[in-house]
Amino acid sequence: MGRYVIRRLLQMIPVFIGSTFLIFVMVYALGDPVAALFGDKAPDPATAARIRKELYLDQPLWKQYLHYMGQIFQGDFGTAFNGQKVTELLASAYPVTLRLTLVAVVIELVVGITLGVVSGLRRGRTVDTSVLVLTLVVISVPTFVSGYVLQFLFGVKWAVIRPTVSPEAPFSELLLPGTVLALVSLAYVTRLTRTSIAENVRADYLRTAVAKGLPRRRIITRHLLRNSLIPVITFIGTDIGALMGGAIVTEKIFNIHGVGYQIYQGILRNNAPTVVGFVTILVIVFLLANLLVDLLYAVLDPRIRYA
Amino acid sequence: MRGATHAKWAVCAVSVALAATACGGGSTVAEGAGIVRSSWGDPQNPIEPANTNEVQGGKVLDLLFRGLKRYDPKTGEAENMVAEKIDTTDQQNFTVTLKTGLTFSNGEKVTAKSFVDAWNYGAHIDNKQNNSPFFANIQGYDDVHPASGNAKAKTMSGLVVKDERTFTVKLKEKFSTWPETLGYQAFSPLPQAFFKDHDAWLKKPVGNGPYTVESYTKGSSMKLRAWDGYKGPDKAQNGGVDLVVYTDNNTAYTDLMAGNLDLVDDVPAKQLKNVKSDLGDRYINQPALIIQTVVFPMYDKRWNKPGMEKVRKGLSMAINRDEITKQIYQETRTPATDWTSPALHDKGGYEEGLCGDACTYNPEQAKKLIDEGGGLPGGKVQLTSNVDTGSHRDWMDAVCNSINNALGKGAVCTVNPVGTFADFKNQIAGFKMTGPFRSGWQADYPLIQNFLQPLYATGGSSNYGKFENKEFDGLIAEANRESDPAAAVAKFQEAEKILAEQMPAIPLWYQNGSAGYSDLISDVQLNQFSVPVYDQIKVS
Amino acid sequence: MDLAMSEAETLEKAPGGPPLGTGPGKPRSLWSDAWYQLRRNPIFLVSGLLILFLVVISLWPGLIATGNPLECHLAKAQEGSQPGHPFGYDSQGCDVYTRTVYGARASITVGVCATLGAALLGSLLGGLAGFFGGWWDALLSRVADIFFGIPVILGGLVLLSVVTSSTVWPVVGFIVLLGWPQISRIARGSVITAKQNDYVQAARALGAGNGRMLLRHVAPNAVAPVIVVATIALGTYIALEATLSFLGVGLRPPTVSWGIDIANAAQSIRNAPHMLLWPAGALSITVLAFIMLGDAVRDALDPKLR
Repeated sequence: MGRYVIRRLLQMIPVFIGSTFLIFVMVYALGDPVAALFGDKAPDPATAARIRKELYLDQPLWKQYLHYMGQIFQGDFGTAFNGQKVTELLASAYPVTLRLTLVAVVIELVVGITLGVVSGLRRGRTVDTSVLVLTLVVISVPTFVSGYVLQFLFGVKWAVIRPTVSPEAPFSELLLPGTVLALVSLAYVTRLTRTSIAENVRADYLRTAVAKGLPRRRIITRHLLRNSLIPVITFIGTDIGALMGGAIVTEKIFNIHGVGYQIYQGILRNNAPTVVGFVTILVIVFLLANLLVDLLYAVLDPRIRYA
Repeated sequence: MRGATHAKWAVCAVSVALAATACGGGSTVAEGAGIVRSSWGDPQNPIEPANTNEVQGGKVLDLLFRGLKRYDPKTGEAENMVAEKIDTTDQQNFTVTLKTGLTFSNGEKVTAKSFVDAWNYGAHIDNKQNNSPFFANIQGYDDVHPASGNAKAKTMSGLVVKDERTFTVKLKEKFSTWPETLGYQAFSPLPQAFFKDHDAWLKKPVGNGPYTVESYTKGSSMKLRAWDGYKGPDKAQNGGVDLVVYTDNNTAYTDLMAGNLDLVDDVPAKQLKNVKSDLGDRYINQPALIIQTVVFPMYDKRWNKPGMEKVRKGLSMAINRDEITKQIYQETRTPATDWTSPALHDKGGYEEGLCGDACTYNPEQAKKLIDEGGGLPGGKVQLTSNVDTGSHRDWMDAVCNSINNALGKGAVCTVNPVGTFADFKNQIAGFKMTGPFRSGWQADYPLIQNFLQPLYATGGSSNYGKFENKEFDGLIAEANRESDPAAAVAKFQEAEKILAEQMPAIPLWYQNGSAGYSDLISDVQLNQFSVPVYDQIKVS
Repeated sequence: MDLAMSEAETLEKAPGGPPLGTGPGKPRSLWSDAWYQLRRNPIFLVSGLLILFLVVISLWPGLIATGNPLECHLAKAQEGSQPGHPFGYDSQGCDVYTRTVYGARASITVGVCATLGAALLGSLLGGLAGFFGGWWDALLSRVADIFFGIPVILGGLVLLSVVTSSTVWPVVGFIVLLGWPQISRIARGSVITAKQNDYVQAARALGAGNGRMLLRHVAPNAVAPVIVVATIALGTYIALEATLSFLGVGLRPPTVSWGIDIANAAQSIRNAPHMLLWPAGALSITVLAFIMLGDAVRDALDPKLR
């Protein structure tokens, strides 16, 4: 087990190099960022040339990349165009986004699994159908609308919460944004749980447990749920990336200055250091999340072993 | 009032355990009465006077700095601010005399050196300031800012400090309205602190304006407080301004409705329909120095061969500006009838209807003109703009629909959305367009010259369509030499009539400044750059 | 309600296997057995009819909509229902009904093709990774990790802006490229669990080959989560197309799609909710049809249900 974990952690090195290179090339392919710094005005050629030189943009791609990597190993992740260090941006954006993701994941787990278990046990009944309708609504109504409507109702009309999140972004303010962020994933978690439950409810071990006269609660949590969770946690493992890096719409609606926003800004302004810095950390988060998911497999299903 | 605040806090304290969120909104009001909470966007560049060329950074500069001149928010006229007088006899050599007793908020005196050092800094190539071309007509600019290579001098020879209150400026050539340009923020003075510890200054900028920076958290907020020591005529009428960064103006608008914000200076287009019911008369919609046009690539033969001026005019006549500004923009844009802006006023050179029939919707005539001119190149026209900001996609669709409906030949007009402004900018600055493209222009100072010369004169710095016309260039040069302002304006307008004939760019509409505010503040107005005049706002 | 009770009920209700004597003479394979089950499932029939209807509309929108989706009159912008225009007008003054009907083609093509592509590629790669493990798993999973990291917007701007084709295929290809890693993780997870089952181990002990084990024993037991994720992804892919279009790199005008119309309508939700209702409703029905189909297929593959 220990060796397995070490091996997985070592795999981070090639992934780190691969993803920084890939993202660097992609931002490079977006084009020259300098002209846009001058707004609607034409760039002054001399100034533009000087800026390009200082940013290493006048060098060929491979030299730019090596220069960038060289700086990273000295702990310098570069600077965004507004003069902020990328490390500063990382330090301010990641904690907020982590909290937001955590809220969303908890909601997905609690609400999604509950709904999934209920509808899986009551297949074809009213509860099941209502959950299906909710799923359809969540899929077809864009986050922008659900987020905006919820914000308007809770924040303006009933004025029970603050409609936007303050820069400190405490958990209490992240409840609504976290819910909005979790909505689409909730559909997945609910349907996955429902299917697994429906499948496992007919498994032999469950009949045995029922026959033994075990309490219903214990059957569901210890036997049924445990064996049904693998697809669900696999999904959540893959979803963490989407939640952290792709929360642009939610972050915009609630004015959260998180990872999604910074990546989006970096892309719009063709700022390689920002995008590469943020995405690289994101990739490392996936690696850890997926490692955790793989280890959880073994916990949930003792037959699975890692050497 | 005080009691009420305390009571509120008590209630909050009790309810913290239940719903900690509910009290967040009220805290700013409670801590300092008289503070205006206003929406802000993250400035593109670090906040330095000569490096800021967009509204968000400009907002801060307007709070922190006062230059030699300042444009009256109502009339747009350049009035002396720090300058006591600016004299010239030959329209080329100017003597600037400063008012006495003015200081920066850190106690330093505002002297002739504050200006000369700041301008030399702004012009020098090593400092990579975006606005350095603003100093280009000062003698010696080419030495500190050569077209390529390193600077040959540290300072511009045209700037000479005479004494603490006086300096002289020598321009490269005659420019009668040069003093009028000095209200632009790039010409602000800088304290020595700026040069001594630049990083510290950027973290907490120090200026000579009515406000000082209390705290600045990059990317999220800036708290500015009224400066008691300010001696100018436009002393702050409120306790301070909190600028809060919003990544989406829709969100700012929501916060305004929820009472978490006092002022939103950019009401989103999609909310304009609700403004009346949400805000009543706490809404401003007034002309700004911004015009939106569609520019033709005159460097592309297909758009520039003889007869094509008829096609270009025809396209202009196929656009139903009235309907688009009404339906898409709820009249926060005004159909354009010349190439300047109503914010210039008649005296400044705005002339309603100068464009004439060519800017009036007339589908019949449009069809006829396009046929006479030989038809659209390849029977098609493709309209290009970036779509990452603003509501460009909406008006592009509307313009194309209008053209298609007018011409009645099916979908001959299509939109070509470009993903990022950077990409779009590279395409137009590299002269790679094959069809008409969007161009927005916000004037730097309320002068008609600024709407014409940079955009349409041969070699003009933002002449993205490469329009070249000898007669036009000649008239612009004549106008610049003219010492009588009225005569100069007449010459500029004469040049503008050539644009109406040739139609190198279709004027679409003038963009208004639009702002909404809460019932806690009053006396809100926007200047012609659509920036709120913060110092005049009163907080109840 | 007692679990045992409901369990007993479902057991009773569950359709029996093929009635003895009426089935074909020789024992059917798992897959043909599933097909037999499927044909008898009313849910399958309903979803099949719905999908047939959607396909017909996609191919011949003119059958039920006589207007032109590109004919827009700005003067009527955001007006509500009126005679001849039951769904009202959108922000550009185009007829919402006509656009909803004409939007089916692009949206369903993108949704179905991208889902099929991502599901096939993802389950193939993920399944193999889960089944064989070792370096193959490591390589595939790490490649997937890197793909996860590519922001959709960046990928779209870089990869799609170089394409000038006005068909839906670049968009489909791009969605497959970004979509497969998720399905491959799901498939990998289910295969890892499924291959632990006693009967798989037994088959291995009896000397079954890898191919046979994968196809006959592992795949049918691992396919359910993939189907679930794919049917929901179908809906999100249709919406993703709108995101790409808004970046200027998705479907090009004059293509009409639900995604674009939904995104447009979302902006005006306070003033003209009718603009959202119809295209979003159409998307819901499509997703519903495919979720039902997925459920039916899954049930048919599960021998325990018989």
